[in-house]
Amino acid sequence: MSSIFRVGNCSGFSGDRVDAAAPVVETLIKLGGPSAIFFETLGERTVALAQLEKRRDPERGYEPMLERLLEPVLVRCAKHGIPIIGNFGAANPVGAAKVIARLATRLGLPELKIGVVYGDDVRERLNLDTHEVYEADTGLDMGGGEVVSANAYLDAKPIVDALKAGAQIVVTGRTGDPSLCLAPLIHHFGWAYDDWNKMAAGATAGHLLECGTQLTGGYYYDPGYKDVPDPANIGFPIAEVTAEGGLVVTKADSTGGLVNAQIVKEQLLYEIHDPRHYITPDVVLDFSDVTVTEIGKDRVEVKGFKGSPAPRTIKATVCFDGGWLGEGEISYAGPNCQARARAAADVLLERLKIRKLDVQARVDLIGVSSVHDGDGGDKWRASSLAPQDIRVRLAVSARTQDDADQAAREALALYCCGPAGGGGVRWRTTPRIRTQSYLMLPSDLAPGYSLHLAKELA
Amino acid sequence: MTTANQNNIQQQNPDALVEVPLHSVAHGRAGDKGNRLNVSIMPYDPACFELLAEQLKESRVLAAYAHRGASSVKRYDLPKLPAMNFVIDDVLEGGVNGSLNLDGHGKSNSFILLGLSVRVPFKYVRQPV
Repeated sequence: MSSIFRVGNCSGFSGDRVDAAAPVVETLIKLGGPSAIFFETLGERTVALAQLEKRRDPERGYEPMLERLLEPVLVRCAKHGIPIIGNFGAANPVGAAKVIARLATRLGLPELKIGVVYGDDVRERLNLDTHEVYEADTGLDMGGGEVVSANAYLDAKPIVDALKAGAQIVVTGRTGDPSLCLAPLIHHFGWAYDDWNKMAAGATAGHLLECGTQLTGGYYYDPGYKDVPDPANIGFPIAEVTAEGGLVVTKADSTGGLVNAQIVKEQLLYEIHDPRHYITPDVVLDFSDVTVTEIGKDRVEVKGFKGSPAPRTIKATVCFDGGWLGEGEISYAGPNCQARARAAADVLLERLKIRKLDVQARVDLIGVSSVHDGDGGDKWRASSLAPQDIRVRLAVSARTQDDADQAAREALALYCCGPAGGGGVRWRTTPRIRTQSYLMLPSDLAPGYSLHLAKELA
Repeated sequence: MTTANQNNIQQQNPDALVEVPLHSVAHGRAGDKGNRLNVSIMPYDPACFELLAEQLKESRVLAAYAHRGASSVKRYDLPKLPAMNFVIDDVLEGGVNGSLNLDGHGKSNSFILLGLSVRVPFKYVRQPV
């Protein structure tokens, strides 16, 4: 009988349900035994948006839902010795740690030990001219925008070191998402960093769990074909990992959703390219021989993953100012709305030419096509569908906010100037971020951690 | 050869070939990295994996995403799951950062592939419950 360590995931992206953590933590407490939880809240661009936020207010730039995510479970985790790991530091891990410190102090935990991982911000270390561009990103047009953020995907080690030093909660910026789950396993079992099949077990667990409910019924639910019980209350996932690297995935008790073999297969291949060569900062994973077996209700055993040495290079993602997105929408419904909406679409594109706005444009006929068409609109133009309610959407990209706004306002002008009965206009502009990834060497980086008592940081 | 609309007739003959959307015999999931999309496809019944693999050649999948600017498709097979993983390049109009498409991530794009027609014995066709 091997010892088991459980890792629960309590968030799969910035914007995930904020009431996820409590059922996971209560399940871990009820089951007893050692465990940890992690929050993944940092998408590729999220760190750039956080960096922009930090420019406006140097105290901010961390996950905006941080307190809402942590408050329901912080005391319970501290009391039961469940470490919390999260990349909710985003562009400002120290700022996040201060928020946690104030929260902990308010909740009666002034002695809470907070670890802060640093070293992912590589704006001063990355040379765009000499570092190699990551293969999948070659050929992207960066438009010469200003660098907003540059963050390397750190491995599990700084988190492990912080846990070893006694951290009860570890705040990171950019790390490999699977590293957030692997780190407490390395710490608990004392795995060697070059024990590749054990690294593979922890990284596979992390890969499966890092998108939260995508392992428990979210993004899977297809009514009639793939049903999900209580989909408004899907429980977040839990991995059970043994010292030898065995892996079973399950979910929080008394919640909706489910864990079955179909779901685990879908998530195993999520955002994967070559399944024989999935690169994480800690280990390269080979999924070609993976099998998944339902061994009980909401329990799936995953076997056959293999690990090989971690990559020599470290991926760093750079976010550039990407100009502006402008969007304007107007609806047409009832008799002849098909013709009125199509006419509105043509008028919008003609207006952009007349105005000589420096934009790239696309029009969708929502109701006929909203997401599967190309920028040319060939699908909706050729469609014979005749819905009785259509929303025309203009989207433009522009270098300047003014151009994006002027283009979007052409949808507004259709109130008076467009085809009959146009209503419900909304228009807006949004700053855009473009990303490109580069490959760096370990010697380019200097990651580490610092440890703080809540009462000293609050 | 019949269409799915005639399934009621075919229910007597589980081995008769029917033409159905891939969605009736397989499930899948889309993920993005930059301007690259991956779509996994798993048959509900592992027994029809080979049959689907024969019909879901890279060239056919490329054609299905051509209107989105796809430049190449690479298929990876995992016969033990079983599953296929399609990696589709340059299909996201620049990806979530550059796209004008409402779905810049391409999250809805698994259903382009799941909308392709396949010919399979009726016994593999999943009826909505």
